[in-house]
Amino acid sequence: MTLILTLASRNLFHDRVRLIATAVGIVFSIVLVTVQLGVFLSFERMVTTMIDHAHADFWIVPSETKSFEDSSLLSGRERLQALSVNGVKAAVPAVVGYASWRKPNGGASTPVLVVGTPENSAGLQPWNLVEGNLRDLSLPEGVAVDRSYFDELGITKIGEHAEIDNQKARVVAASSGIRSFTTMPNVFTSLERARAYLGVPPNEANYFMVRLAPNADAAAVRGELVAHLSDAEVLTSEEFRHRTRQFWLFDTGAGAALLGSAILGVIVGTIIVAQTLYSSTKDHLKEFATLRAIGSSQIYILKVILSQALLSAVIGFSVAACIDLMLVRATADAALPIVMTPELTLGLFVLTLAMCAIAAVSAIRVVTRIDPVAVFAQ
Amino acid sequence: MTTTMIEATNIVKVLGEGPARVEALKSINLSLVGGELTLLMGPSGSGKTTLLSVLGCMLSPTGGTVEIRGRSTTGLDAEELAALRRDNVGFVFQSYHLFPTLTAAENVRLALDVRGGCSRMARIKAEKALATVGLSHKARAFPRELSGGEQQRVAVARAIVGDASVILADEPTAALDSENGHAVMMMLAEIAKDPTRALFIVTHDPRIMPFADRILRIEDGRIVSDQRGGGRTSPLRALKYAS
Repeated sequence: MTLILTLASRNLFHDRVRLIATAVGIVFSIVLVTVQLGVFLSFERMVTTMIDHAHADFWIVPSETKSFEDSSLLSGRERLQALSVNGVKAAVPAVVGYASWRKPNGGASTPVLVVGTPENSAGLQPWNLVEGNLRDLSLPEGVAVDRSYFDELGITKIGEHAEIDNQKARVVAASSGIRSFTTMPNVFTSLERARAYLGVPPNEANYFMVRLAPNADAAAVRGELVAHLSDAEVLTSEEFRHRTRQFWLFDTGAGAALLGSAILGVIVGTIIVAQTLYSSTKDHLKEFATLRAIGSSQIYILKVILSQALLSAVIGFSVAACIDLMLVRATADAALPIVMTPELTLGLFVLTLAMCAIAAVSAIRVVTRIDPVAVFAQ
Repeated sequence: MTTTMIEATNIVKVLGEGPARVEALKSINLSLVGGELTLLMGPSGSGKTTLLSVLGCMLSPTGGTVEIRGRSTTGLDAEELAALRRDNVGFVFQSYHLFPTLTAAENVRLALDVRGGCSRMARIKAEKALATVGLSHKARAFPRELSGGEQQRVAVARAIVGDASVILADEPTAALDSENGHAVMMMLAEIAKDPTRALFIVTHDPRIMPFADRILRIEDGRIVSDQRGGGRTSPLRALKYAS
């Protein structure tokens, strides 16, 4: 085996203080990037969770709808027009809007997102129910909430009463894991009750979820729907997801802020590693000059420095990955958990290697200027 | 029959520019042949190290030509000069310049490692070179665990491990006490017996003169004398060094 790796690793471990400084720089950077990208991924998933769990081949949405949570109302005529198209099996209305939840016993109010669909249709129902069942939503005043929001909603168990925009509501079912990416809990209820809570006139709805008949030609049906619905848009679930992501991640600036912080993390990490690598190289200049004097090529010396940088990357990444795993576990039940995927982990490793390789540039610039005659200087 | 290892013809080296311009070497003509130990002596600032650097392909001459085993260095770029050094020249420095993080064996092996090639063969050659300088038992020692004399012997092993045809040494005994200086010189004199190698030593130390086959004196960038001595180190010369 060549001595390049030996020399690089010994140089690295020879000065432990500098190695620790380098590793801390990398760890800080990678953990920061992981948190930001992990939250970004989590956010990206959460903003489309309603669309993901809806049973729809197409969505009829008001024109210029920006996201699932923020749309105007359709008149209801669209549903009839959709049902008149060959290949459409159902057009399930959904009402979505913000309302005020008043806690039981005259407690304070908190905003919630009310989602209402017909209780007997497979449109958009709460999932992962751990108490109660979907049929209970047809009970008078019946609503379902996620149990992680019980404290926030001022309830302790199902069966308790509250008010939504001054109208009675009774928690009849509880889900697990339906977290909102905003601070507002989701409240599922029947279509009619949602209309009542949100003041939506009969027949009107925010969306109609179109389900196709078996063997229907999706493209042809969509074409017909578009032709029939001049005041609304027809989107596939993927298109609706993309639009919702685009709005929450980029139009609001939230995603850009997360990505910006991640980029900042990379820059800070690169600077720290560059500084330590540069000073390490400066400390070993005599040795590099000796290498040059005994006939080493520039490439050989560059390999030593790059190996040093990449070894630092592996050490720093290993520590950062352990911290990241702890953070992922610690935030698993948080409103916005940090998500780590194999792709993200691999990407972060490549990023760490690239960051350290770029950080080596300043050190490389120093050694490429080394004059072997420097070995004679005392 | 002697083989010319280095042929320097009309070497001129100018350092600096403008008012700082110094003609460090002035029309130097010099041949180094295999099997010969040549000393270069002279006062500080006379051009000794500059000449060593030019002969060692670290500095390109401003004028004249240098040939290493018949290959001219004229027009070669830094990488080509480095290649010429690693294949033909071994260096011994005053302050050893060993790598503190490498063992003695690894320091020796480094001279072969920069050439690429078989690392197993390099290990064997490094062990042999360490044996030549009497340090087989210190192969795994780091420089900090070695005395100054031992460190210089490791540096000598590094210089000879690649079968360099020219060994250039810069004040090899200056940092050593007389006992260690003597041991190192005995070793270099022994190495110089090999007709395939020329040894060129820059020194201030008059005690090593008895080891020389040839003594050059340089002043103000010119070789002012070129004396051929009586030949190999004898026990008497060794005693002279010690005294």
